[in-house]
Amino acid sequence: MKHFRSIGLALAATFAVSQAGAQELTGTLKNIKDTGAITLGFRDSSIPFSYLDDNQKPVGFAMDICYKIVDAVKKELKLDKLEVKLNPVTSATRIPLMANGTIDLECGSTTNNAERQKQVAFTNTHFLTASRYVFKKSSGLKSIDDLKGKTVVSTAGTTNIKQLTEANVEKKLGANIIPAKDHAEAFLMVETDRAVAFVMDDILLASLVAGSKAPGDYVISKDAFSKPEPYGIMLRKDDAPFKKVVDAATAALYTSGEGQKIYDKWFTQKIPPKGLNLNSPISPELKNEFAKPTDSPNPDDYK
Amino acid sequence: MNYHWNWGIFFEPNPMGTGNYLDMLLSGLVLTLKTGALAWVIALITGSLVGVMRTLPSKGANWFGFAYVEFFRNMPLLVQLFLWFFVLPELLPKAAGTWLKQLPNAPFWTAAIGIGFFMSARVAVQLQAGIGSLPRGQKMAATALGLTTVQAYRYVLLPMAFRIILPPLTSEFLNTIKNTAVAITIGLLELTGQARSMQEFSFQVFEAFTAATILYLLVNAVVVTAMRFLERWVAIPGYITGK
Repeated sequence: MKHFRSIGLALAATFAVSQAGAQELTGTLKNIKDTGAITLGFRDSSIPFSYLDDNQKPVGFAMDICYKIVDAVKKELKLDKLEVKLNPVTSATRIPLMANGTIDLECGSTTNNAERQKQVAFTNTHFLTASRYVFKKSSGLKSIDDLKGKTVVSTAGTTNIKQLTEANVEKKLGANIIPAKDHAEAFLMVETDRAVAFVMDDILLASLVAGSKAPGDYVISKDAFSKPEPYGIMLRKDDAPFKKVVDAATAALYTSGEGQKIYDKWFTQKIPPKGLNLNSPISPELKNEFAKPTDSPNPDDYK
Repeated sequence: MNYHWNWGIFFEPNPMGTGNYLDMLLSGLVLTLKTGALAWVIALITGSLVGVMRTLPSKGANWFGFAYVEFFRNMPLLVQLFLWFFVLPELLPKAAGTWLKQLPNAPFWTAAIGIGFFMSARVAVQLQAGIGSLPRGQKMAATALGLTTVQAYRYVLLPMAFRIILPPLTSEFLNTIKNTAVAITIGLLELTGQARSMQEFSFQVFEAFTAATILYLLVNAVVVTAMRFLERWVAIPGYITGK
């Protein structure tokens, strides 16, 4: 693949020289221009960020943002037509597919942190979420300290299970922590009383509860395990020209008030396919971020 | 490919505070070996019993052996583990179900027993074939010597049959080890599970799975070599496995 790319670059260089004055494109932008297509990676069940509706079409908050980015890219490259290809990704495949050029943007609920920035880049934050836990009303839990000696589940490989483990040591909870393969399975563990609580990003908990058989049975804790952490649309690292276009597009979207409108559409109104309403109005922290967009992975920068 | 290789990642501290990433993978490997070993013991014992039942003169035993094998062989392992872990406790009386759910290390026991039963159906079929491949005269001779059915199996048929099926049993053993990877579906963080965690934490996908692949290959190489020695040691001159 490397060879093809360098041949391509060499050809592009020759072409650029012969057409003096034309702006020289590199990386993702050049690729999009050459192929006339951009590929978005979507998740199949990250409600309401990126998921499949009843026509098996990916929709969601992050998808809407990505389509705005696509418009900006189209304008930047002065294209009449830009084909949008959609490619499903999972948490396990998003990095390989981004690295090998299959997808250009990942539109989902990926936490932007310093460790991950060694591998990929993120555009301006589109959501902030803190780690909390969901439990059955009947279990009568209140604070994090109530988890003492209980069985608690979280999803393997997430930042949440890491925070839970840290809290377990720090607060000497002696809780039995079990990892689950994915969010749905972790929630199933609480549903079937295998675990008393499930620690996860509060917004994902809200959507799991809203979609469960008896939403009234569950409560999400007030106590949080972490400061609100940022979610970002993921793109390839070291591609400054593309990132510039994407950052400008998301910044314009959030500061214009249109970001807030899209937010309300997905978080405070009924959403497909089942007409769930997550009832999660925008937080003050996210409102501040929308006013001053940033791609910082540091939770302290969002206050 | 626009990927940032970082082979040093294995020596960076893991976010769970349990040493570095390599320690994480090795703890997964230990769990893989424990699960695989326990599952294999269960598979050998149950599989041998069922395999023998399928060759007995008794119709009832035959039928049971047949039903057992078809039940465990015809359902995907992934589905079986899910059923044992999530569905079985719901079918039991409430107290028993709750007891089962709150067992410490429930995913480990469920995985070992579930994979053990799944593989036992395969061992049973192998053993049945092994016994079936023996000349009819062997059993007759044993009976003529005055051995009971149990004695005939114990002293004549099984020692022969097991030697004959040793090579296919080696591959069943390898399958058992590889099948433990399915246990991530019920939350057992064995080698594949830890590799997945590592890639989720660090986003270094290829390093994580390369290391997991190498570890699986090493384990399988050890098993294959050990089984070759065993085969040579128990070989009967003149038979397929003999020299």
